[in-house]
Amino acid sequence: MVSLMEVVKVGIADMNVVKAPQSIRTTGLGSCVGVVLYDETSGIAGLSHVMLPDSALNKDGAKLNKAKFADTAIADLRDCLIRSGAIPSLLKAKIAGGAQMFQFASQSDVMRIGPRNVEAVKKELQRFNIKLAGEDVGGNNGRTIEFDTETSLLHIRTVSKGEAVL
Amino acid sequence: MGIEQRITNLHLDVLKEIGNIGAGHAATSLSTLLNRKVDMKVPNVHIVSFDEMMEMAGGAENVVVSVFLRIEGDAPGSMFFLLSLDQATRFLHQMTGDPTLSLEESPYAEMAVSAMQELGNILSGSYLSSLANFTNLNLYPSVPALSIDMVGAIVGYGLIELSQTSDYAIVIDTALNEEGSVKENSVKGHFFLLPDPPSFETIFNSLGVPING
Repeated sequence: MVSLMEVVKVGIADMNVVKAPQSIRTTGLGSCVGVVLYDETSGIAGLSHVMLPDSALNKDGAKLNKAKFADTAIADLRDCLIRSGAIPSLLKAKIAGGAQMFQFASQSDVMRIGPRNVEAVKKELQRFNIKLAGEDVGGNNGRTIEFDTETSLLHIRTVSKGEAVL
Repeated sequence: MGIEQRITNLHLDVLKEIGNIGAGHAATSLSTLLNRKVDMKVPNVHIVSFDEMMEMAGGAENVVVSVFLRIEGDAPGSMFFLLSLDQATRFLHQMTGDPTLSLEESPYAEMAVSAMQELGNILSGSYLSSLANFTNLNLYPSVPALSIDMVGAIVGYGLIELSQTSDYAIVIDTALNEEGSVKENSVKGHFFLLPDPPSFETIFNSLGVPING
């Protein structure tokens, strides 16, 4: 039987882990950052769709969704990958997103959320000593990304600029 | 406890009425602007996860023309006016009388972008001012911003405030339709009103139906 290449989808403020030959994708990243952590040797990869930079922003005692915040998502994703058999020291990262979708005259902190997400994600990667192997961040356009565990390539689609590969 | 758990049917009806009045005024403006009949669907109030919110707008990857503004003042929130690409292009033709204008492919003509921004400005302005009158609250719109991109990227922006207190959005959704338009399956004109979480209390209080507990 011919097996179809399975693509696992990750929603907004969510995360998931796949093994080769599966691919993993998330759609419509704007100010959010898609973070892929992967271990090439074992073909294990995870993707987190990060919405906010810091879990300190979690207000009113709301239930903490770890995948939503950069500082909790990357630690959690890393743990999940290690539990699935990835070697911590071999983990690399590719990231995309963090756009500024709208320009406003009065730039509050919230409106600058894209760049802040990118900064926070990079800080976390450094904290865990994970090498950033590629990035496509900033700008003012949305992105859909798909990571191929067989090639370790991240495919990035935008509306006006076509497809890029990291 | 999140607002989404404390809200009753009465509150939902109040929010529907807000959509009814606001979008009703916007539909009238649109009708005047285009000199056409514009239908408005009965508004819906949905309590949805962020992913469901994207599905309502045609899926995170669906490309739309959007006008987004922040509501400032007594009851802050976000407002979106979303149009499919072909619907936006039709509106453009009727507004400007120039059949060469299009928003289906970039780079976009300056005139097309400017006209679209003005359309969004007028519609969201009339939505918001009728809402301010109805609730007796001070509500000010930011300058509306236009973006033509994936729904996920656009609407995700309006969820930032909400996402700090909840994984759910309460969205007041009103669909506008130019009368006689054909394609039934595509997303047409949609107003999404997304009040920031503390604004619900303010809105309900101003209309005499406070939230208990």
